[in-house]
Amino acid sequence: MARAVTTQHKTIATVAAWIVALLIFFPILYTIITSFKSEQEAIQGFNLIPSGTFESYSEVQAQSGYFKFFLNSVILSVGSTVLALLVAVPAAWSMAFSPTKRTKDILMWMLSTKMMPAVAVLFPIYLIFRDTGLLDSRIGLTVMLMLINLPIVVWMLYTYFREIPGEILEAARMDGASLWNEIIYVLTPMAVPGIASTMLLNIILAWNEAFWTIRLTTTNAAPLTAFISSFSSPQGLFWAKLSAASTLAIAPILIMGWFSQKQLVRGLTFGAVK
Amino acid sequence: MGNITLKNVSKSFGSTTIIPNIDLNIEDGEFVVFVGPSGCGKSTLLRLIAGLEDTSGGTISIDGRDVTREAPAKRKLAMVFQSYALYPHMTVAKNIAFPLKMAGEDQATIDKKVKDAARILNLTNYLERRPGQLSGGQRQRVAIGRAIVRQPSAFLFDEPLSNLDAALRGTMRLEISELHQQLKTTMVYVTHDQVEAMTMADKIVVLNAGNIEQVGSPMELYKTPKNLFVAGFIGSPKMNMIEGAPAEKYGAKTIGIRPEHLAISTTSGDWKATVGVAEHLGSDTFLHVQADGIGTINVRADGEVAVRHGDTVYLTPDKSKLHRFDADGKALAQ
Repeated sequence: MARAVTTQHKTIATVAAWIVALLIFFPILYTIITSFKSEQEAIQGFNLIPSGTFESYSEVQAQSGYFKFFLNSVILSVGSTVLALLVAVPAAWSMAFSPTKRTKDILMWMLSTKMMPAVAVLFPIYLIFRDTGLLDSRIGLTVMLMLINLPIVVWMLYTYFREIPGEILEAARMDGASLWNEIIYVLTPMAVPGIASTMLLNIILAWNEAFWTIRLTTTNAAPLTAFISSFSSPQGLFWAKLSAASTLAIAPILIMGWFSQKQLVRGLTFGAVK
Repeated sequence: MGNITLKNVSKSFGSTTIIPNIDLNIEDGEFVVFVGPSGCGKSTLLRLIAGLEDTSGGTISIDGRDVTREAPAKRKLAMVFQSYALYPHMTVAKNIAFPLKMAGEDQATIDKKVKDAARILNLTNYLERRPGQLSGGQRQRVAIGRAIVRQPSAFLFDEPLSNLDAALRGTMRLEISELHQQLKTTMVYVTHDQVEAMTMADKIVVLNAGNIEQVGSPMELYKTPKNLFVAGFIGSPKMNMIEGAPAEKYGAKTIGIRPEHLAISTTSGDWKATVGVAEHLGSDTFLHVQADGIGTINVRADGEVAVRHGDTVYLTPDKSKLHRFDADGKALAQ
């Protein structure tokens, strides 16, 4: 009797999980389906069977040049991630292995900046970018994306580093390792799974960031988020083209996420269970 | 050379004083054991010598050189940790080679020294394994190997055998002692196990609440403990402490007599007692008895003593081995 109940529960749980997953994924699925419709089909109403046309994709590419935006997205995501790690690894090391009584307060203060609405600092940031010539520049936006995601990167690395026994780093010190040798030869290799998860998450966050990428760029540094928004024009919404642009924008990150889902899940749940 | 001198060394964490004031001299080549109960400051003292903690006061010198403010790497010391602290992402060979790599040695020298250390410690067949693939004893040997290749002025051991089972602990104890005989390098060893202290040390430093209670050879501490704490800490089973009339008879507040220094008879003796628990080990017999007017006394007798629970026995202390303590717990002249 107990075995039958367990199998029943498993079946119900699996079906429920599939329903929830499909509900969450449905907007993306419908976007992809719509991208293979003509504009006429797209405005005719809800329809799960597209005609399979690629006309929206070719129009999108001809109109806007997808690959330039794609390249900018890659540069901004990867660049801001590398920069964030360069800053966050020593910061997280310091917090994890040389904590003071203010360490937790500093971490909370850093994370609290994520709770602030971005629009509250739009004007001062815009003016700084304008006055320093960083508007529509890749370097400016790379730094911006690094800074807005830095609290999360530091917090995640801090959580991983705390799992590393302090004695191992002390052993490295006794073995003659300088601070940088300790980080390069001992800490970083041991924290590779955590650093990899943090990198993946930061790439996703930077790739999807729309508020600053749209407002601080026009043509040169505009990433795929600006590419998508360019299809909401005064002439109206062209659903099929918009869906094609959106699909082109999210496809790379979806594929990357699919292949790295194990690391992502591990990274997001690390430390939850001892 | 590995002479270590501590002068007025103190350590506090915030408002909590762990070590009030310590003066200690460790001679070159000595095997010194810091022993004491948990929380007595023995590991803190070791970490101060290593440089992993900063002193709050006083100076630490190695071979006459003041190293109080020097980084651990510059003190020419090597440390073996309780948890081994091996680098899990490196092979055994790379673990042992790491200090040499940090010292900037060339690869040929590194390879030779690693092979030599592996041979001494029977690790030659394990050089390409990672720590996760080794047993506890093998990991401990890798940790020792990593220390040996540095050719330090002194080795520091922080309870290195605590994580091993009893049988392996005995074996490793012998190996460390043999290593000391071979290398003749100063070794400072921290343990809470007084059996390790007694069997391995040239000199024992007994610590209690951050203070040194007594420094001496194992036999000095065994035969002439300076106070109640040292008397009760050294020796297994613990020394019997007796107060009241039996102690006053010897002109002391407290008298102490080790279980092995009590003669047992079934007919006559100084103290009459009833056997509570008798533990027959074959080579020894341990008796836990209730002595009239005294209380519980532990007795250790050679060989087999055929008594059982409830039997009446008579105990006579060896007067030459009786320890007398005053009201402050300090030892009186014997």
